[in-house]
Amino acid sequence: MQAYLTLVRRELGSYFISLTGYVVIAGVLLLMGASLVLLLESLNGQPVDVPVMELFYETQFFWLILLLATPLITMRSFAHEKFAGTYETLMTTPVSDAQVVLAKFTGTMVFYLLAWVPLLTYPALLRHYSTDPLAVDAGPVGSTFLGIFLLGMLYIAMGCFASSLTRSQILAATNAFALGICLFMASFLTRILPLREGWQTKALTHISIIEHMRDFVRGIVDTRHIVFYVSLTAFFLFLTLKVVEARRWR
Amino acid sequence: MSAAVENKKDGVMVEVENLTKRYAGRAAVEGLTFSVRRGEIAGFLGQNGAGKSTTLRMLSCFMPATSGTARVSGFDVFLDADEVRRRIGYMPENNPLHLDMRVREYLKFRARLKGLSRSQSRERADVVVQQCGLADVTNKVIGQLSKGFRQRVGLADALIHEPELLILDEPTNGLDPRQIQSVRQLIKDLGRTHTVLISTHLLYEVEMTCNRIIVIHQGRILASDTTENIQQLMSGRGQIIAEIAAPMDELRECWEQMAEVEHFEIAASEGIYHRCALIPSSGVDIRPRIYQLVCERKWGLRELTRSRHTLEDIFLHLTRADREEEL
Repeated sequence: MQAYLTLVRRELGSYFISLTGYVVIAGVLLLMGASLVLLLESLNGQPVDVPVMELFYETQFFWLILLLATPLITMRSFAHEKFAGTYETLMTTPVSDAQVVLAKFTGTMVFYLLAWVPLLTYPALLRHYSTDPLAVDAGPVGSTFLGIFLLGMLYIAMGCFASSLTRSQILAATNAFALGICLFMASFLTRILPLREGWQTKALTHISIIEHMRDFVRGIVDTRHIVFYVSLTAFFLFLTLKVVEARRWR
Repeated sequence: MSAAVENKKDGVMVEVENLTKRYAGRAAVEGLTFSVRRGEIAGFLGQNGAGKSTTLRMLSCFMPATSGTARVSGFDVFLDADEVRRRIGYMPENNPLHLDMRVREYLKFRARLKGLSRSQSRERADVVVQQCGLADVTNKVIGQLSKGFRQRVGLADALIHEPELLILDEPTNGLDPRQIQSVRQLIKDLGRTHTVLISTHLLYEVEMTCNRIIVIHQGRILASDTTENIQQLMSGRGQIIAEIAAPMDELRECWEQMAEVEHFEIAASEGIYHRCALIPSSGVDIRPRIYQLVCERKWGLRELTRSRHTLEDIFLHLTRADREEEL
């Protein structure tokens, strides 16, 4: 446990003593700011009958942040250590492989969540300036953040997996981005394919992360979605662990 | 566990038996068998690519062997990897460090990783900082330090959890002569309290720092013995140079009559002096005899030396023997 916490702290700390962390945070802030502008634009003048968080989601910047920021956050986790050789000093301390994988995941995950913290000011801002006290409902805001957490968890796990495969941070980021885009694009298949009743459509709807997120911003917390993200995250972390252990098989 | 107790009595720190590592079918090391006793400074000597790093990596539990066993302090490096890792301080080749951290911060981080408590890691960090001469740079970022200091940070890291065995892979690689000297002195000092296993391709380095030498060539062990024994292996055949002012014919006659001289060559030197290169039969030191002879005949003598065999010769000798065997 001690080694795990030490590693998490180191992982998180490394973002704040290098440029990467600040660049990612600046980029995320820029995209969030742009989404706020669009959000206010659509609220201006006309009555709106959807939750505020759905309006934020409709601006699409959420996806940009998820798809672009996660590979940048996770790219250094394993790849950099392998490149610098510190992987060897790390793996010869009395720390288990599972501890290392979980610590890397936790560290990157916490940083990802920190990058999202400024979004919390939006509901507060809107509530402050809105004449309608019910304009911002705590329920959908909470479930939106749950969605951000769950989707991020999966994307971070995929990123860690991509990073564990290579020594090059660029390759790690590219692979993580490719994995992320594949999953994202799969969601569009339900729209492209003719709507036929059948198991294919059902299956595709089940893995559509766009549909999942739409539920979350509307305040719907579906256990099927939670199981989907938790199990896929566990799957990618398992793969990462196997990659880390693989040096023993060679 | 009983094996561990037994070995503690014996004082065997590292025990390697038939260790083999293959990469994609090609053997990097094959059938290594050697042991290092507690308190020894053992030098792992070999050319680049001989399999030194591979062996040290297996000993430090970074990767497993294809076959064979290795035990550190009685614990198997594969089966009891955690116990072994707790007992060794390992500095890999090229000494990788987190360049973005500060020296003391890094040492404390490593100490915590190795299971020391918060107060212990603070104390130990202070101790190793003193021990490795890092007191002036504790708050500097590692990336800004010179290579010599970085090497000291690597050593301090290896030492921080008071390991029984230090494994240092090419600790003086890439340093300037002054830094090499100070790191070498540091290793010697550490050897008083720890068992040390270093690898190097520099022959004089093991000769200067180690009391046991393991010579490895193309993944196999050529020799494993104490430094003195290995030097002795060759010392009897050391060549003796004598520069004597005497007529060439008389000199030749003398050497021919002296039974201990197996082979000799005489060359003219400046002036009246002749330079004689003598090879004595093994194990005999003929220098006193030569001095006596010179005194008796009232010749002039201006040089009398025995060319001491360096490990360079031993190494070349051993590898040549190996090559001839192959042929």
